[in-house]
Amino acid sequence: MKKLVSSTIIALGALATALPAMAQELTFWSWRQEDKAQYQKFISAFETKNPGITVKFETFEATNYNTILSTALAGGSGPDLMFARAYGGLENVANAGYLLPLDKTNVPALEKFAPAAVAAETARSSKITYAVPFASQTMLVIYNKDIFDKNGLKEPETFDELVKASEKLKAAGIMPFGNGTATAWQNEVMVGGIASTVMGRGFYDDLMAGKADFTDKRYIEALTKLKEITKYFPDGFIGLDYASSQQLFASGMAGMFVGGSYELSNFKKQNPAIKMGIFAMPGLKAGDEKLVAQYFDGGYAVNAKTTKKEAALKFVNFLASQEFGQMFADDLNNISAVPGVNFKEPLLGEVAELNKHSIPYIMLVHFRYGEPSGSVLLQGEIQKLFGGKATPEEVGKNLTTGLAAWYAPFKK
Amino acid sequence: MPGSPLVARRLWITALIVPPLAFVALFVVYPIISAFAYAFFQWHGLARGEFVGFANFYRVLFTQPYADWTLNAFTHNVLVFFALMVLQNGVGFVLAYCLWRELPGAAFHRIAVFLPVVLSTIIVGFLWKLFLHPLFGVVNISLRGTGLGGLAQPWLGQGTTALWALIIANAWHMVGFPTLVFLAGMQRIPSEILDAVRMETESEWVKIRKVVWPLVAPSATVVFTLLFVGSFNWFELPYIMVGVDGSPHKATDVLGLYFYRTAFGDQSGSGQDFGAGSALAVLIFVFIALVAGVITFKLRAREIQL
Repeated sequence: MKKLVSSTIIALGALATALPAMAQELTFWSWRQEDKAQYQKFISAFETKNPGITVKFETFEATNYNTILSTALAGGSGPDLMFARAYGGLENVANAGYLLPLDKTNVPALEKFAPAAVAAETARSSKITYAVPFASQTMLVIYNKDIFDKNGLKEPETFDELVKASEKLKAAGIMPFGNGTATAWQNEVMVGGIASTVMGRGFYDDLMAGKADFTDKRYIEALTKLKEITKYFPDGFIGLDYASSQQLFASGMAGMFVGGSYELSNFKKQNPAIKMGIFAMPGLKAGDEKLVAQYFDGGYAVNAKTTKKEAALKFVNFLASQEFGQMFADDLNNISAVPGVNFKEPLLGEVAELNKHSIPYIMLVHFRYGEPSGSVLLQGEIQKLFGGKATPEEVGKNLTTGLAAWYAPFKK
Repeated sequence: MPGSPLVARRLWITALIVPPLAFVALFVVYPIISAFAYAFFQWHGLARGEFVGFANFYRVLFTQPYADWTLNAFTHNVLVFFALMVLQNGVGFVLAYCLWRELPGAAFHRIAVFLPVVLSTIIVGFLWKLFLHPLFGVVNISLRGTGLGGLAQPWLGQGTTALWALIIANAWHMVGFPTLVFLAGMQRIPSEILDAVRMETESEWVKIRKVVWPLVAPSATVVFTLLFVGSFNWFELPYIMVGVDGSPHKATDVLGLYFYRTAFGDQSGSGQDFGAGSALAVLIFVFIALVAGVITFKLRAREIQL
């Protein structure tokens, strides 16, 4: 009898230790429908190394992702792992306690990430990091190399050269820029891609130090120049939506496109024959530091209530590994946030190079923590600027007074 | 007593009634009540915080920036309601009258007018977005082709034209509905009455004003009330054509978009606030219920029983 009891206990013990090794399925939610095939590949690389864990990748439409995720998490369901937004968008989910805090004990690789990258996935008040950042995006100018070559154009070194190049394209019957601003967030992109250089690093530093606000003359000048360059946008660009503007560039009807580095792979997919180059907006004088605007996109987070914590952490550690970062850069043509990744695609290498001279994408990075958010204000105000309903000075003033509702340094 | 026919009948009726009642309770009543409850709490992202009474309502109605946003969206809804009253119900009445009088081609037009109604709003939204495309849209191309290029506009990009573009797209889509309801009302007018009128006057205007219009009053009650509810719940078409931001610079913002953005956040701009969002939803619901009730009551009073 005693023997039976002890053997039962041993058997149960063996079963208990074997349990975690039995197949565990993790669910992993994402807003990147277009990257599904690539993620399947990354996941199978993980699964072959970690037998017993399978990952089910599920995607949702990007604009509804927040809603779907929020509802699921609030309802107590939700995935084991998920894409999380960065900055203010992260805090919405993280501050409610739905995400597992990540640090060097459970994800050691995080220590080597760039501080700006980790900051994007860290709640400001608690200083707790909730996700492994996946990519950075850069706002810059993309141009069609064939069109530039055919018209004898080079990457401009000054604002005036850019104007001249645009005139030349216009005369040749090509739209200089393909951009349209009917889709609200594209207006913010225009500011990041075009105005960063003119407002300059000095303005950004003063803004952060509380020594300047958006009525600063450097910012006003940047907006004035931004408005000037829209002379070379398509006719009726204020009524042109995002998808149409992408098509104008991808189809070769427009020579340049102000946008994020995420557009590069998009354009390549739409038109595999297109040859693209990139540059940072030139300054008013030849020697001015050319700046791009950079931000981190989002990260991989673990559900705090997952029943498969160990397996989920294993997967997140994989997502923070150099092996994954390299695959991510190679297959998705994105700037991986993992340190030490080599970019095989030359354009990505160039983006990484431009990132060395960058300021943050201001509204997204710093002003999405209250209502009205800086992004919402800026998008609306720039639409007024482009529609002839506001001057650069009025835009600067409205941004400052609008943000003063919650941003302490602007309260006077 | 089981087995008795009366009990069996009762059981049978219960079995028929309970599933739909449960369905309505679960998917209609429960969400409405929970939205009511949500509106009285503070929210930290997705986590429900403490009970705050009417603070959320006060916030969306009287504190900035919400107060301006609420008023802006509400004003647009009012404009949409009155504009559609003319462009959708007014035109619908005229079309119905023409169809009823069997003007040449009535059989064809009866179908043509109603056809867009059966299209999904998604299709209509994308279709009109293409029509209004600043470069390749049929509207601007036709204007340029007829020498009116000066009138070509970035319709959906200007504060002055964007909301009207949406209103016209909506009227085009839905005009067949009031037409059909009015037409059905007109066809119910007894021919003796019409014969009697014909003895009195030849004027179409008098006929419409004195006979047809009063006698289609029940139809008018239906289409007016539905238009009111539809205008203040307006969401799909603006969402598809101008996006959740009410672009440009909130010139097309309506309560539906504003509520959605506030509650669930705007991926490209702002955070989510279930408290303020639920308060807005409750306010919209109460407003629509009250006014729709008054409209129905008032309009019912002037209906004539034949």
